[in-house]
Amino acid sequence: MITVKNISKSFGKEQILYDISLTFERGKTSLIIGQSGSGKTVLLKSIIGIHEIDKGEIIFGNEVYSAMNPKEKQKIRKEIGMVFQGGALFDSYTVYENVIFPLRMFSGMSEKEMDKRVEFCLDRVNLHKVNDLYPSEISGGMQKRVAIARAIVLNPKYLFFDEPNSGLDPKTSIVIDNLIKELTEDFNTVTVINTHDMNSVIEIGDKTVFIYKGRKWWEGTNKEILNSDNKELNDFVFATELMRSIKKS
Amino acid sequence: MKIFYHIGKYLLFLKKVFKRPQKRNIFIQNIFFEIEKLGINSIIIVFIISVFMGAVITLQTAYNIEVSFVPLYLVGLGTRDSMFLEFSSTIVALILAGKVGANIASEIGTMKIREQIEALDIMGVNSESYLVLPKIIAAVFSFPLLTLFSMFVGIFGGYIAVWLTGAIPIDDFVYGLHYYFVPFYITYSVIKMTVFAFIIATVPAYQAYFIRGGALEVGRANTKAVVYSSVLVLFFNVVITQILLS
Repeated sequence: MITVKNISKSFGKEQILYDISLTFERGKTSLIIGQSGSGKTVLLKSIIGIHEIDKGEIIFGNEVYSAMNPKEKQKIRKEIGMVFQGGALFDSYTVYENVIFPLRMFSGMSEKEMDKRVEFCLDRVNLHKVNDLYPSEISGGMQKRVAIARAIVLNPKYLFFDEPNSGLDPKTSIVIDNLIKELTEDFNTVTVINTHDMNSVIEIGDKTVFIYKGRKWWEGTNKEILNSDNKELNDFVFATELMRSIKKS
Repeated sequence: MKIFYHIGKYLLFLKKVFKRPQKRNIFIQNIFFEIEKLGINSIIIVFIISVFMGAVITLQTAYNIEVSFVPLYLVGLGTRDSMFLEFSSTIVALILAGKVGANIASEIGTMKIREQIEALDIMGVNSESYLVLPKIIAAVFSFPLLTLFSMFVGIFGGYIAVWLTGAIPIDDFVYGLHYYFVPFYITYSVIKMTVFAFIIATVPAYQAYFIRGGALEVGRANTKAVVYSSVLVLFFNVVITQILLS
């Protein structure tokens, strides 16, 4: 479980996050939604430790991650898998080299064992015969799947996704969503997704947190979203005709 | 005051760069990769520049000796000492600041804006050490060798120029090359290049590592990297010369 207690974050004089408290459970898919500029990416990066928080606590399991020194944090980071918005694959490495990279750095496995693990992870994200291709030679959806394979290769306890569906067509988005859901259940991970995609909210969100102007504005399940009377949440979630028709039905 | 801020930030950056590498075999592999990229791939440019520099120094000196009592072997001596003392280290370093510095800045800058450095940090990799330390070691190891190579090629260029133009008798040129040889000039040049190599590897890396934004910022970081490392090369050229030759 990840517990976020009263965290705040500013950049210079501009405060981005105000006193946010949250919990994310193991085996569940939690989504953070909000308008662009609401602070959800800063929240995600603060939880992971890319940004130092000004106030509050972030607890991974029973360990206070935010109070750890960089060396202690590295230990927890090896248990974190992160998929960035653009994939963040290493351009000069092939698909295979990208996925095997964390194993080479941290696993102590033999080449044969690592090879087996890479094949397993690529197979798990339904990627075949792309080992020798470079990220620029595969589609955006495939890049996301390679990034997911790299994120799960060390058997992480915690999985984070920043806009996993951005730039993808609706069909590929559903494939990625279902994959995330399956992985969360199979590996029993704490999964946190930052998204704008309302389809993801409805389809795979066990829990959704709505961030508005840097504050936690609403929290609930995907079913509760449909019946919420929170004005700002409704303005955001039901901004499109399609979502309004789903609410009516 | 901003300069002190950057000096402090640069030193803190170096502190992280010089942390112990996490995986020894990958670190060694990366060093060899960087030696090839930064050193071996610069051999051709160093060859071209050095051969022409040597030829031009020789011809300029030869055609400017108008007074009959000045011995002609001074052309060879002048070419040798110019190459050894200044051209093979400082001029080659300025060329490498352009070529290698821009390469390092664009590589790290692109990784930064594409979140690849954040990805390394999240995995628990010390990105500063992983990305920059192999480049420093490769540059500090291979650039002095390029200096020695440049000395040899520069003199060869001078020899070819004399042979082709007949500006002075070839025997006088060769005699000048041997005349009053000071071996310390080679040591001096190699020491200079070692310091320049450190500057060329670290200043562009620092410029690129902290950029924010997009492609435009990578371009700006490239320009800053080349300009700042060139200026620092020239500044430390004076400092080291004063220390070693005074």
